[in-house]
Amino acid sequence: MAYLRKCYFKFYQIVFLILPASLLGEASDYNMPVGVTEVSKEIFDLHMLIFWVCVWIGVVVFGIMFWSLWKYRKSKGAVAADFDDHFWLEIGWTVVATLILVVIAIPSTKVMVTAYDDAEGEINIMVTGHQWKWHYKYLEDGISFFSNLSTDQEQINNQIPKGEFYLREVDEPLVIPINTRIRFLITGNDVIHSWWVPDFAVKQDAVPGFINTAWTNVPETGIYRGACTELCGIKHAFMPVVVRAVEQAEYDAWVAEKIVLAEQEKMLTSKEWTKAELVERGESFYLTNCVACHQVNGKGIPPVFPTLDGSQIVLNDTQRQIEILMEGVQGSAMAAFGSQYSEVDIAAVITYTRQAWSNGKNGDSAIVTPQDIVAYKNRTEL
Amino acid sequence: MSTVVETHDHGHHGPAKGLTRWLFTTNHKDIGTLYLWFSCLMLFIGGSMAMVIRAELFQPGLQIVQPEFFNQMTTNHGLIMVFGVIMPAFVGLANWMIPMQIGAPDMALPRLNNLSFWLLPMAFGILLSTLFMPEGGPNFGWTFYAPLSTTYAPSTVNFFIFSVHIMGISSILGSINIITTIFNMRAPGMTLMKMPLFVWSWLITAYLLIAVMPVLAGVVTMMLMDINFGTSFFNAGGGGDPVLFQHVFWFFGHPEVYIMILPAFGIASHIIETFSRKPIFGYTSMVYAMSSIAILSFVVWAHHMFTVGMPLAGELFFMYSTMLIAIPTGVKVFNWIATMYKGSISFETPMLFAIAFVALFTIGGFSGLMLAIVPADFQYHDTYFVVAHFHYVLVPGSLFGIIAGVYYWLPKWTGNMYDETLGQLHFWLTFVSVNLTFFPMHFVGLAGMPRRYPDYALQFADFNMIISVGSFLFGISQLLLVFIVIKSIRAGKKAKPEVWEGSGKLGLEWTLESPAPYHTFTVQPEVK
Repeated sequence: MAYLRKCYFKFYQIVFLILPASLLGEASDYNMPVGVTEVSKEIFDLHMLIFWVCVWIGVVVFGIMFWSLWKYRKSKGAVAADFDDHFWLEIGWTVVATLILVVIAIPSTKVMVTAYDDAEGEINIMVTGHQWKWHYKYLEDGISFFSNLSTDQEQINNQIPKGEFYLREVDEPLVIPINTRIRFLITGNDVIHSWWVPDFAVKQDAVPGFINTAWTNVPETGIYRGACTELCGIKHAFMPVVVRAVEQAEYDAWVAEKIVLAEQEKMLTSKEWTKAELVERGESFYLTNCVACHQVNGKGIPPVFPTLDGSQIVLNDTQRQIEILMEGVQGSAMAAFGSQYSEVDIAAVITYTRQAWSNGKNGDSAIVTPQDIVAYKNRTEL
Repeated sequence: MSTVVETHDHGHHGPAKGLTRWLFTTNHKDIGTLYLWFSCLMLFIGGSMAMVIRAELFQPGLQIVQPEFFNQMTTNHGLIMVFGVIMPAFVGLANWMIPMQIGAPDMALPRLNNLSFWLLPMAFGILLSTLFMPEGGPNFGWTFYAPLSTTYAPSTVNFFIFSVHIMGISSILGSINIITTIFNMRAPGMTLMKMPLFVWSWLITAYLLIAVMPVLAGVVTMMLMDINFGTSFFNAGGGGDPVLFQHVFWFFGHPEVYIMILPAFGIASHIIETFSRKPIFGYTSMVYAMSSIAILSFVVWAHHMFTVGMPLAGELFFMYSTMLIAIPTGVKVFNWIATMYKGSISFETPMLFAIAFVALFTIGGFSGLMLAIVPADFQYHDTYFVVAHFHYVLVPGSLFGIIAGVYYWLPKWTGNMYDETLGQLHFWLTFVSVNLTFFPMHFVGLAGMPRRYPDYALQFADFNMIISVGSFLFGISQLLLVFIVIKSIRAGKKAKPEVWEGSGKLGLEWTLESPAPYHTFTVQPEVK
């Protein structure tokens, strides 16, 4: 009952408070976001223009209709007239409708021409949609990384309360400087995804085999949140886009830091790893990249997502497990992670799964080192 | 010769008894009934899938189903509602009404008619069976974009392809039958421009079906080849083009949209003139408007793909051509209102549904116009705004058209009036709940909720709850429709031949007894 009352009040609030506010063109949670870029503001204005045109057509057309229904109702003794055509009236409303469309088409074309511009940017970023995460590569600086959903699986499963940015937060957002022309080169790795940031009014499909372009120039610092908008499989709802727009100086510092980190990451491959280090690193990797399908407890969701806990491969067949991680499994959601992650991460997550759950005591619990992955790569490349 | 005719006359007076009547029937009324009950069954199956979707979306988080099953529900809900509910219901109405409206004894090709119906239960049996297979049913959306539906699809996609082929054959056979009937079996004196608008709407629809169903068959065959025979039509890795899939699919898909609305235009025209007691305004322009919509439907397909990466000239072309469709559609709405103007209007259930059809379909038209504006579409595309748009044109549009038609012609079919009080109750429940369900979708869409999401961010929670409540009410309300129909079949106030006041001069169907005899117009009437 309390539930229904809550719904009723919400309904009341929407109908009498929020709806009129959004009709007046105010920014509201229930209207299109105005956004921060020039293009997004122009699109918002265009949206409100068409909206008002439709409202006025609606007022006139429905006005006449309901007035006729009221005035000529049979219960008040209305007698039907007998006309059934009027040539000039037909011509008249066809012409009026056409003129209204022309009035809408002119500003629409203007905004479209502005929005559509594939000239090179000051910064060019390759955006690649993967099942189910985004990969960003800065073409000038060579920085590249994956951006994964960072909302806990427990929040999704309603085991713990949901955070403020439920399903709208990532482990590593895209970082861009403000007041800079950024061009995005958007493509897909497996299926079609679509990269959308409402505040920039950028939405472009990420089609495998093709590169689409989009651009933006963000005038204000801030965190902008978006989503994948093309059905891309099971985790379509779980690959948000987060963009952090920062001052130029902060951006430069970030770039420098990323380059240093990338160097350190490369060094890690040749480092001697202990079992504990690998398991620790592997666990955090597993929790970010694997739990969605294979679950925290390694049980998976058979038959779609195989169970790892007690799997013969994970228990005793190191070579096959490396092969699966590197090459993926055809026709399943298991991607070829070898091309996406470092040797260290692959080695660590394999080592982790061989120690975790009941596998540690039931299998060979062998360690797989980054060198093993390098060896695999050398062998298969021959 | 005369003896032969006599024996024949003694042989067939009524339908056969038992199950074989329905299995082997070649009677247009029996086949129409089969189509309508099939569509009703599918409405409840597809509807329960919508209930699963809405139950999951009642609150954020995953509660009832996993995303994998959720995707199967959205996909099958769409496929069933499009191919299993709206289309068969219109074919059912066509079967019942076209021969009666043009003064023909039956459809031109009665055995083909039987076949085109009985293919459907097979097609949907195959489609639904995939839901019980270990890998699950199709999960790639009713638009089944490659490569999600090819390289990345469950192997049950092959059953889906086979089922779409069968549906396509059924539709093509049905259309051939309708076109042949309309061209060859009209009563003497009924020229094309004297045909009832429902017949006109179906003539145009049948041509659209024949034009585009082979394209659909083509696209699923290309998928079949990609999946099983190593071709690369849609696989970029093999030199193919995933976007090609979308072009071919929507070249089918957009005319398909009008296939699902044109017959409703025809039905609404008849109902509005009947209950306004005034002949339809602008008959000629209605016919031309429907034809223009049909022709334009072949040059607007890429407005479903504005974000796919098209050249600027392509984006603008498809924006302009799409906007053009607003003109004939607007003309139809203006004509309906001009028919009401200076009429003598009463508000029986069919009229209520027809009025709601005009108003709410127009709202769907407005959002359609907004979606046509390319730059704005970059923000609307693939959000709930689109879901709101196509549900407004398909539910209070097509489905209300069908329901209105059922109420309008039901006394002619059963011989009994339906319960008017219950009919009014059904209308108001449906009207309120349909808006409660679909109107808030505009707002969640604008606020940024993408479609086909099993779980969503917290700012969309309130509206989703309202939408779910509305949808449950809408679902339950439709049980009332079934009750009203069954009640009218079993008993009720006897209907006169002219069921509605003054309808006798509006169409040949109202000159027949109620219920219409099993074989009608064995002698063709003369139309002046």
